[in-house]
Amino acid sequence: MKRSTIDIWVGAFVAAGFAGLLFLALKVGNLASFSTSQTYQVQAKFANIGGLKVRAPIKSAGVVVGRVSDIKFDNESYEAIVTFNVDAHYKFPRDTSAKILTSGLLGEQYVGLEAGGDAAMLKEGERLRLTQSAVVLENLISQFLFNKAAEGKDSKDGK
Amino acid sequence: MAATPIVELDRVSFGYEAARPVLHDVSLRVAPGSVVGIMGQSGCGKTTILRIVAGWLRAGAGRTRVLGAEVSRLGGAEIFALRRKMGMLFQFGALFTDMTVFDNVAFQMREHTDLPADLIEDLVHLKLEAVGLRGAARLMPSALSGGMARRVALARAIALDPQLMLYDEPFTGLDPISLGVIARLIRTLNDSLGQTSIVVSHDVEECFGIVDYVYFVSDGRIVAEGTPADLRGSGDAFVHQFVRGEPDGPIPFHYPAPDYGADLAAVAADG
Amino acid sequence: MAERAPAGGLAGLLERLGHAASSKIWRLGYAARFFVYILLHSGTALRRFGLTIREIYFSGVLSLIIILVSGLFVGMVLGLQGYDTLQRYGSSEALGILVALSLVRELGPVVAGLLFASRAGSAITAEIGLMKATEQIAAMEMMAVDPIARVVAPRFWAGVISMPLLAALFSAMGIFGGYLVGVRLIGVDEGAFWSQMQSSVDVREDIMNGVIKSIVFGIAVTWIAVFEGYDAAPTAEGVSGATTRTVVTSSLAILALDFVLTALMFTGGNAR
Repeated sequence: MKRSTIDIWVGAFVAAGFAGLLFLALKVGNLASFSTSQTYQVQAKFANIGGLKVRAPIKSAGVVVGRVSDIKFDNESYEAIVTFNVDAHYKFPRDTSAKILTSGLLGEQYVGLEAGGDAAMLKEGERLRLTQSAVVLENLISQFLFNKAAEGKDSKDGK
Repeated sequence: MAATPIVELDRVSFGYEAARPVLHDVSLRVAPGSVVGIMGQSGCGKTTILRIVAGWLRAGAGRTRVLGAEVSRLGGAEIFALRRKMGMLFQFGALFTDMTVFDNVAFQMREHTDLPADLIEDLVHLKLEAVGLRGAARLMPSALSGGMARRVALARAIALDPQLMLYDEPFTGLDPISLGVIARLIRTLNDSLGQTSIVVSHDVEECFGIVDYVYFVSDGRIVAEGTPADLRGSGDAFVHQFVRGEPDGPIPFHYPAPDYGADLAAVAADG
Repeated sequence: MAERAPAGGLAGLLERLGHAASSKIWRLGYAARFFVYILLHSGTALRRFGLTIREIYFSGVLSLIIILVSGLFVGMVLGLQGYDTLQRYGSSEALGILVALSLVRELGPVVAGLLFASRAGSAITAEIGLMKATEQIAAMEMMAVDPIARVVAPRFWAGVISMPLLAALFSAMGIFGGYLVGVRLIGVDEGAFWSQMQSSVDVREDIMNGVIKSIVFGIAVTWIAVFEGYDAAPTAEGVSGATTRTVVTSSLAILALDFVLTALMFTGGNAR
């Protein structure tokens, strides 16, 4: 094989390999969407975070505005402290509430922010006051069963 | 011998394992400018001697001086430097099969020197012309016959004009014409390039025709030495058997076995 | 030390097992020293990069066909099987996620690694083994050229460079195959296919980890291939035995390393 032919083929191979990697990164992965922009950190406490994981999205009105950066346990209040990295372009009022929601029925959990009405905006390091924990399936089921049992008892008493 | 020998082995012993020595107390001298033959049975240790000279194997005992250096005490880099002054022809040529004949011969020049390409081309053609294969420069080794491959390997070995040439069984498996060619080349190149050569072989006729001095090796020991003329007339039983190619003598025909008559009698008694 | 006759029965069995184990460990140590030697003498391979480029051609470019075709088929099968299972739970739109994550995290590096081991790895072993058997290595040493620097190191680096590229191309072809089957053939929504995939496949967690895996596999496979070739006995049986050992050992190494790397990379996140 002539030296130049080999070089051409190897060059094409390496170029194709990098093109494949680029394809994976851009079209398959989420490189294009969340670039490294400025973020500010806020915290929130939850009684139960359910299945929330680090790097879970933080959405407001369904649009991704940030990512969960850290999850810790507060040994004094026995609650979870979740730290958010919110995109610096988006400012939220100080009375914004945070809820842990599930995408789809069995999907992964994310944090939903609902803007409040306060004039003052959240600053770096502040804490969100209003939070709602994740819905735990077992609690739902036991509540459902409890309600069913109560209904049955009522109907037996009533009738 | 007035001049310092190019190669000198003094009471050299060697074994891959301590319990089984391959060479016992071997002493030999190679005068500068001469062609020396090392001959003997297959497996007698003659190739081991060559490998010790080339610095591959380190002798357990004794001194090994090659080109003025004590080989057994050299480190890796120093042995490499010493090998630049040596050339070796391997039994079947050992050409690099993924390169052309030209690239094979040019290999050492390209690796060790900074010579410009056109100078290398001239040198390669010179070496190939010396072995008579300048026309085959563009062929691949797989297209060559055994004799031609060995000649190309010879051209490759002399590429950087080494002072010492080592030949490992150069006559094996060649037709009579190629045999004659190789033998003539070994002698002519040695004389015209001012080299010293060691030829390891068991081909008595070809070897005796070109060497100045012969060492006979048997079972790891030097059993005889001398000029070809001396050895032809020697009374030594081993030399006699080897030179004339007799089937039986000091080297027995039969591999050790119990007495055949007793074996047959035992079989007859059982049956 | 005179050789004792091997003991019979259980003692003999244990003796043989112990000997086999200790000789394997000795061989591993020898291979490790060989690996370090290659790294230390890689100067030639990097300075005369033409040598390495030539080897990238023989290991990488010539493996392209098998990698691309296999990738395509694996992706298509993933598409079919994935759809069949997902549509039972009404989640057929997650097909993109299934195909992409399976390929990028696991199948890309592992299957490409296995294919590379059997195609390029065995070729490297056979080539070096044959060079050793025909005394070409010895001839090189005689000409004061370090055969490990000239012959072994370029092949090693070529393998390490080629592997991640081949794994990436395998994954890309596989996703394309999954797309062909899922969207074009079966009719999953194209937008959902890509958008769900993009929102779930993380560049750092998934793609980067997949690339790291393929680099580790490349080092392991090429190291084994080069060592087995260099260490082969200079006979026909020696070389053929070395070639089979390369393929078997590389495959086992890939699967074992895959387990270790997956445990480190993909399950550690939850523990936080």
